Amino acid sequence: MLPYFFLPFLFLPFLAVFSSRRDLTPGPVTLSRVLRISGSLLLVLVAVSIVSILIGSTRIGTIPALKELLYGWRDGYVGLAPEERTIIFSIRLPRVIFAGLVGASLSLAGVAFQGLLRNPLADPYILGISGGAAVGAVIGIIAGAGTVPFGISGLAFAGSLLTIVLVFSVAKTKGEMPSNTLLLAGVIVNAFFTAVIMFLISTSSHTQLRTVMFWLMGDLSFAEGREILLTGLFLLAGFVVCFRYAKGLNLIVTGEETALQLGVDVERTRKVLLVTASLVTAVAVSVSGTIGFVGLIIPHMMRMLWGSDHRLLLPASMLFGGAFLVAADTIARTAAAPSELPVGVITALCGAPYFIYLLRRKTL
Amino acid sequence: MSILKLEKIGFKYTEDWTLKDISFDVRRGEFMGVLGPNGSGKTTLLRLIDGILRPREGRLWINGLAAAEMKRQDLARLIAVVPQDSQLVFPFTVQEIVLMGRVPHLGLWRFEEEKDFEIACEAMEMTDTGSLASRKLNALSSGERQRVLIARALAQQPQILLLDEPTAFLDIRHQIDFFELIRRLNREQALTVIAVSHDINLASLYCDRIILLKEGRIHGMGEPAAVITAAHIQEVYKTSVSVERNPVTGRPMVMPLSSAAMGV
Repeated sequence: MLPYFFLPFLFLPFLAVFSSRRDLTPGPVTLSRVLRISGSLLLVLVAVSIVSILIGSTRIGTIPALKELLYGWRDGYVGLAPEERTIIFSIRLPRVIFAGLVGASLSLAGVAFQGLLRNPLADPYILGISGGAAVGAVIGIIAGAGTVPFGISGLAFAGSLLTIVLVFSVAKTKGEMPSNTLLLAGVIVNAFFTAVIMFLISTSSHTQLRTVMFWLMGDLSFAEGREILLTGLFLLAGFVVCFRYAKGLNLIVTGEETALQLGVDVERTRKVLLVTASLVTAVAVSVSGTIGFVGLIIPHMMRMLWGSDHRLLLPASMLFGGAFLVAADTIARTAAAPSELPVGVITALCGAPYFIYLLRRKTL
Repeated sequence: MSILKLEKIGFKYTEDWTLKDISFDVRRGEFMGVLGPNGSGKTTLLRLIDGILRPREGRLWINGLAAAEMKRQDLARLIAVVPQDSQLVFPFTVQEIVLMGRVPHLGLWRFEEEKDFEIACEAMEMTDTGSLASRKLNALSSGERQRVLIARALAQQPQILLLDEPTAFLDIRHQIDFFELIRRLNREQALTVIAVSHDINLASLYCDRIILLKEGRIHGMGEPAAVITAAHIQEVYKTSVSVERNPVTGRPMVMPLSSAAMGV
């Protein structure tokens, strides 16, 4: 059971972050504070990722594996069997990177949606993007598109894009998109898609059913080079755009009228951020399924720790959300090894109690 | 030179004119009050001045420049607004809120610099909110919150301060404190103030000049003693009042009359 010896270590960096709390870096948001906090969270992400790579259903010696990670890139160290090298570099490493990117995307989109809709209950799926993606994916699975590159994720992405267009055009009245109308449109569209999914599931075969179930609860086993690249590109672009509008978003959170009075182009900021967050979500959902909870709780955790300024909240949530999903995915693939659990189950099982604990301790 | 000049401003949301033929000048350092019943267009007038709404007809000049040609951010450097109240969905500290007043002065990617922190600090000192700096805005009393919102407006370093019924949720002591503070800032920093108010007596006490709006038109304009008369108030508010002279300040003072007391 040596690999599982490391499992508790996954949580150490998290504890370190939470014990530091806000008194460690008090005061308003400055560039140096953003860099300091982002830097420490990046360390957390790297630490969690390394621990995650060391854990798995195949036992690989810790010290050789670490050496392999450090020097193996340059073929300098050859202490591991070829198949062990393959497991580390071709299976675990891509999966860890993929989990980090998806977690970061969902958390980034979660922050943006919560701020834009001024609603603490908002998450990346609130506009029904997950529903549209799910319909696309389920159709893909039933039609057997899994063998084609981007078969399932491509259909899922098409489904989510369609949903975005649908929800925005439903919510648009006289050239404006009021938050409440947008929320309602999202909820309705999601309900409709859930019905479509149920219908599709009821007509599918047993073998398909398992794949569909895993997709619906989130599945990071699709991790391959092109998915990673795509998710990474959208995440990076999404972050740059969101950060560009972060100051405006701060003001929109305090009230749209206030934001206008302080010189923010509220309409443009909302539009750009809505589209950006929707696209980032769409890509993440399309490649990984509907992993719940990450996009909802990570932004709240970061807000409780460091306040609501989006210039800090965006990078912090992104990095910590990545670390969180890497940890959750490690548990998902090892807890019941050699079989895998859907990662969405772990995020909710671990996330919910912890979030309740935070809620009881601090006011939102 | 007048800092603000309105020329035959008209505005309508839909069919009917909400405001029509509004023309007046505000001098630099003046304390101007806007009175009128609900729906008379007071708040619309403020929104036109701070550029949230654009007039359908007429012209608006700020510092001699046509407001229609100014960008949002430029307007925000000249005009600040103190709203009625502000409840936040997500937690921000008082210092963060006050620093938001610096946003119109910051570049796109720039963070606040030493100078901005100093300005925010001064604004908090002036409004006596320095001790609240690290508290959450939502945890404050409405009087404290109102002072924080003034501090944010001051951090904007505006030339014109607009007040939108700022004392609506305050008790009498905090109402007086609020207007005393605004009055002091108005005198010491030559800050031009335009206040929309429902409280005729407070407006009468602090304003240099008063505009009385009735159904979107200016019904009366001038010094409090000239505008606040029993006849004017009855015409505009459709309520019987008696107007006396405040024995201490000499300003007019409105007292509502109940029909029972008049023996009707």
